[in-house]
Amino acid sequence: MVPASPAAADLEVRALSKRFADHAAVRDLTFSVARGSFFSILGPSGCGKTTLLRMIAGFIRPDSGEITIGGRSMAAVAPNKRPVNMVFQHLALFPMMSVAQNVAFGLARRGVGKAERLRRAQAMLERVGLAGSGDKRTDELSGGQRQRVAIARSMVLEPTLLLLDEPLGALDLKLREHMKIELKQLQSAFGTTFVYITHDQSEALVLSDHVGVMNHGRFEQLGTPQELYFAPATSFVAGFVGANNRLTGSALAVAGDLVDVAAAGGWVIRARAHGTIVTGAPVAVYVRPEAATLARAATGLPQGQGVHAARIVSLLFDGANSVALLREASSGLELRIALPQTGALADLKMGERVCFSFDPERAICFAAEANA
Amino acid sequence: MIFTRRFRPHPRARRMACLLAALTVGGALATEHAGADDAKVLRIITWADYVPAELIAQFARESGIQVQVTLSNNEEMISKLRATGGAGFDLAQPSQDRIIEAQQEFRIYKPLDASKVRLEEFVPELLETVKRNATVDGKLYALPYVWGTEGLIYNSKRTKITDYTDLCRPDLKGKTAVRLKRPTLMAFALASGKDPFALYGNTKAYTALMDQVGRTLIACKPNLRFFYDNKDQLLNGVRSGEIDAAMAWDSGGWGLNRTNPDIKFINPRSGSIAWMDTFVLPARGRNDAGAYAWINFVMRPENAARVAKSVGNFTAAKGADQLADARLRAQFAETFPDGLKNIKWYPAIPAGLEEIEGAVLDRIKAAN
Amino acid sequence: MPDTTMTVNWRRRLVLALLLAPALLWLVGLIILPHVDLALLSFRERVAPREYVPSLAQYRTFFAEPLYWHVFVRTALLSALATALTLAVAFPIAWVIAKVARGRASALLFMVCLIPFWVSETVRTLGWMILLRESGVLPSLLTHLGITAQPVELLYHDATILVGLVYTSLLFMVVPLVGSFESLDNELIEAAYDLGGKGGAILREIVIPHAAPGITAGCIVVFMLTLGNYLTPTLLGGKNSQWFTEQLYTQFITRFNWEQGAALGFLLLGLSTAMVWLGLKLSGQRFSDVMRRA
Repeated sequence: MVPASPAAADLEVRALSKRFADHAAVRDLTFSVARGSFFSILGPSGCGKTTLLRMIAGFIRPDSGEITIGGRSMAAVAPNKRPVNMVFQHLALFPMMSVAQNVAFGLARRGVGKAERLRRAQAMLERVGLAGSGDKRTDELSGGQRQRVAIARSMVLEPTLLLLDEPLGALDLKLREHMKIELKQLQSAFGTTFVYITHDQSEALVLSDHVGVMNHGRFEQLGTPQELYFAPATSFVAGFVGANNRLTGSALAVAGDLVDVAAAGGWVIRARAHGTIVTGAPVAVYVRPEAATLARAATGLPQGQGVHAARIVSLLFDGANSVALLREASSGLELRIALPQTGALADLKMGERVCFSFDPERAICFAAEANA
Repeated sequence: MIFTRRFRPHPRARRMACLLAALTVGGALATEHAGADDAKVLRIITWADYVPAELIAQFARESGIQVQVTLSNNEEMISKLRATGGAGFDLAQPSQDRIIEAQQEFRIYKPLDASKVRLEEFVPELLETVKRNATVDGKLYALPYVWGTEGLIYNSKRTKITDYTDLCRPDLKGKTAVRLKRPTLMAFALASGKDPFALYGNTKAYTALMDQVGRTLIACKPNLRFFYDNKDQLLNGVRSGEIDAAMAWDSGGWGLNRTNPDIKFINPRSGSIAWMDTFVLPARGRNDAGAYAWINFVMRPENAARVAKSVGNFTAAKGADQLADARLRAQFAETFPDGLKNIKWYPAIPAGLEEIEGAVLDRIKAAN
Repeated sequence: MPDTTMTVNWRRRLVLALLLAPALLWLVGLIILPHVDLALLSFRERVAPREYVPSLAQYRTFFAEPLYWHVFVRTALLSALATALTLAVAFPIAWVIAKVARGRASALLFMVCLIPFWVSETVRTLGWMILLRESGVLPSLLTHLGITAQPVELLYHDATILVGLVYTSLLFMVVPLVGSFESLDNELIEAAYDLGGKGGAILREIVIPHAAPGITAGCIVVFMLTLGNYLTPTLLGGKNSQWFTEQLYTQFITRFNWEQGAALGFLLLGLSTAMVWLGLKLSGQRFSDVMRRA
C-alpha cells in the first residue's frame, strides 16, 4: 500500500465494489493516492479501470464502499459538484466553442464574471503554452494542443484531483511519446494529483509515482514503477509489465528460494521462487530480455550461471532496444534477449548458434495457478 | 368526398399545374391512341350512388362495355374537365344550372345528338326544364337524370322549425348546420322574402341581396356547429344528436327518417329548391356511342328504379316512379302534400354571379 | 490514344446525362413548367367569357381585400406556433430515442412515432374528429370523470387545429432531431457535466448549438408542411378554420378562378420562402447544411 497518512491523501477508496449484471467490474478495492502524486491504474481492457475512474468522477454509483476526495466523502455528491475534473479519452472539447470558451466553460458554470473568466482562461492557456490560440476553433489545433486545451479546461477549475481516461490512446506513436513527457511536466508544474488510467505499461511506468496494476476488478499489485518491474508480485504483473519471457514447466527441485524448473523437452532452468513452490507443481518462470546475456560461446558468458544453447530466429534492430529472437536448443521454446548496447554482437546472423545465460535471482518463478 | 388530396406549400396550384403540364405533354399523345379499345370502356364522372354496381355488371353483359366510375361533385367535375379541356371522361353528370356558364367559359362539353336517345323515356316536364337551362347557341347539351330537393330536417323530439331562418333561432345555438355553398345563400334569400332567381340578371340588386344574406348568416354563425361538405358529415351529426336542425337534401332526410321517425324532412315555408343532375358529353370524350347506350340503358324504367333506390331520389325516367319504393313515395307525399307546387328549380347561373356569391361566402367563413 | 480518351469522356458524359435525365425531366416538366404557367395565369384577368388581358388585378385583389390578408397572416402565425409546439414536443421524444432508450426500446419508440403515418391523413384526422366531437370519446370521458358537467365540443377551435398539426408534423421534427442528437458525442455531455454544468446550461451551451442544423431543418420542414396543410385545419377547424390553402382550393375548384388561385399560390410560395429565409437568418444556419440534415 502507498504509505500515506489520510491527511496527505487526496483520494481514498475503501472497499469499493461495482457489479454489472453478470460480472463484477470492481471488487472490494481499497487504496489511497497521496497529494500531488501521479497515480496510474494499469490494466488490460475490461479489467474494470474505466468503471473505477467513472465512479471516482461520479458518473457511476458504486454498489458499496466509499470514495473520499480531499477528505470529503463523495457518497452524495453529483459529478458536477465534485472537486474532480476529467480529461476524456477523446478529449471531448466542445466543437461549438472557441478554445478560450472551452477553457472558460467551467468558470462560467461557477458564475465567474465574463471578463474575469476570460482573463483566467487566457492565463491558463499561457501556462500550457497556448497563448494566442484562444480565438481558434478546436479543430484548428494539433492533437497535442488539443490535449493541452483539455487539461487547461479542467485545471482552470483548480480541482483536487484530475482524472485522465487514456487521453493518449488516440494519438499516433510519436506524439504519444512526446505527450508523455509533456503530461509529466504539466503535472509537476501544477502539483495537482493526477489519476491516470491506461492499458499501456510504458505510459504507466514513465509517468507515475505509483501504479496499481488492475486485473478482474482487483489490484494485482500496487507500487512504484520500479517495484512493478523488478519485483512483480504476481505472475500477471510479471507478464503484463514489460516485455517478459514466460517459460512454463514444473518444479523439479526446490532449494531455499531457488527452484529448478523442468520446461518442455527436458530443458532445466533455475529461477528464484516467489512464494511457496512445491516440488512437482506447475510453474511459470519470467525472464526479462535484459536480464539474460547472449554470447557466441559459453566463454563469453558470466561465470556460475547455467549455460543454454540456442539458434537465432530473428534479429530486431531498434538501436538501444535491439533484441534477438532465439529458439532454445532442447525445448524449442522461443525467447527474447536484449542485444548488448555496445554493438558487440551487431554481426549476428540468422540461424547462427549462440548461447545465453541469466542470473537465477532475476528469473522469477510463480506457481502457475494464477490467471496469467 | 372532396377532401381526398393532401396539400403541400402552394399545393393546389402545383397539383393543378402539374396536371396541366402532364396533359399538355401527354394528352396530345394519348388522344392519338383513341381506337378500338375505347369503345369497350365508358368513363363516367358522377356523384356517389348514381351508378349502382349491379347496373354496371348488367350493362357489361348486354353491351360488352365496361363502365369506370369516378366520384365527384359539381365543382370538381367542372374543374377536372377544365384542366383537361374536356378529356378524361366520356360522360359527366353536373347539375343542370351549372352547364351553360361552364360551357361558355371553358368549352368543356359537346352538344348531344338527341336522335341517339329514346327521348320518350324522359318525364317531359323535366326534359323541358333542362332544355331551358342547358341550351347554348341553339344546341342541347344535357339530358335530365336524377332530381331532388333541398329543404330542412329537424329532430321533432327536440325542436320544430318551419323555415330556413329558424335555423338561426336562439334556442338552437350550436345545434344547426348548413353547407357553405350557394344553395344556402339561395335558401336564405328566399326566406327573406325575395326571389334571388328573379334578380339573376340585375347584378347590382343581386349583390345587395347577397350582402344582406351574408349579414344574416354571419349573425347566425354561432348557431351553426359546422359547415358540412358531404352528406355523411351531416347525417353523422344528426344521428349523434349534435345537430337538431339543418338544411339537407331530401334523400338524406328521408333516409334518416326511415331509421328514426323523429327526424323529419320538410318543405320549408319559403319553398324547397330543386336540383337536377344531368347527362352531358365531355368535349373530348372518346366513347360517345357507349355514352348514348348507357343513357338509353339506365333510363329504362326498371333500371332507373334501381338507381332511384340506390340514391334515394327520383329519376327523370317516365314510369320509374311507379316502380319506386312505396316508402319513398309515401315520404315524398308527406313532405310535399301539394306535389311539386312549392318547389323552385334552379335556373342556369349567369357568368359572374358566382364571384359575387364567393365574396359573400368568404366573408361568412372569416367572420367570428 | 487521344481518341480513346475522348471516347471515354464522351461516354462518361452520356452516362451522367442519362443518370440526371429523370430528375431533370421531373424538375422541368413537373415543377418549372407548371410554375411558369401558373405565373402567367396569375398575371391576367378575365374580361369576358374566354377573354383575358394581362393585369395585376389578382394581386391587387389580395392586397385590397382584408379577408385574404387576415387569413394569410393567421395561417403564418398559427403555422409558426404549431412549429414551435412541435419542436417542444419532439425535443424530449427525440432525446429519449437517441440518447436514453437503447436498442429495441429506441426502435420501438421510433415506431410509435411512425404508426400514425401508416394510415392516410384523412383517416388520421377523422380519428381525431371521432375523439374530440361533442358526442365523441374524450368529451364523454371528461364528463364521466366529473371534469365537465356535460360534454363540451372540443372540435372547431384553434387549439384543436394546433393539436392536429403538431400530431401530423411530429415525425418530421423527430427524425432530424434524432439524427442531430445521435451525432452528439456522449462524452461532450459528460464533460460539460464534469465541468460543473447543470441540465439547463448543458442544453443551452452544448446540445442546442450542436443540434441547431437539425432543429432548423425540422422547423423548416414542419413549417412548410403546416403552412401547406389543408385537410387538418379544414376538418378540425371546421367553420372557423380559415387556412390559406382553403382559399386556394376555393379559388381553383369552387370558383373556377384559376387566375386568383394562381396569384394566391404565388403569395403563399413567397410567404414560405420569406419565413424560411428569416428562420435561417435568425438561427445563423446555412441552407445547404440544414438541408443535409433534413
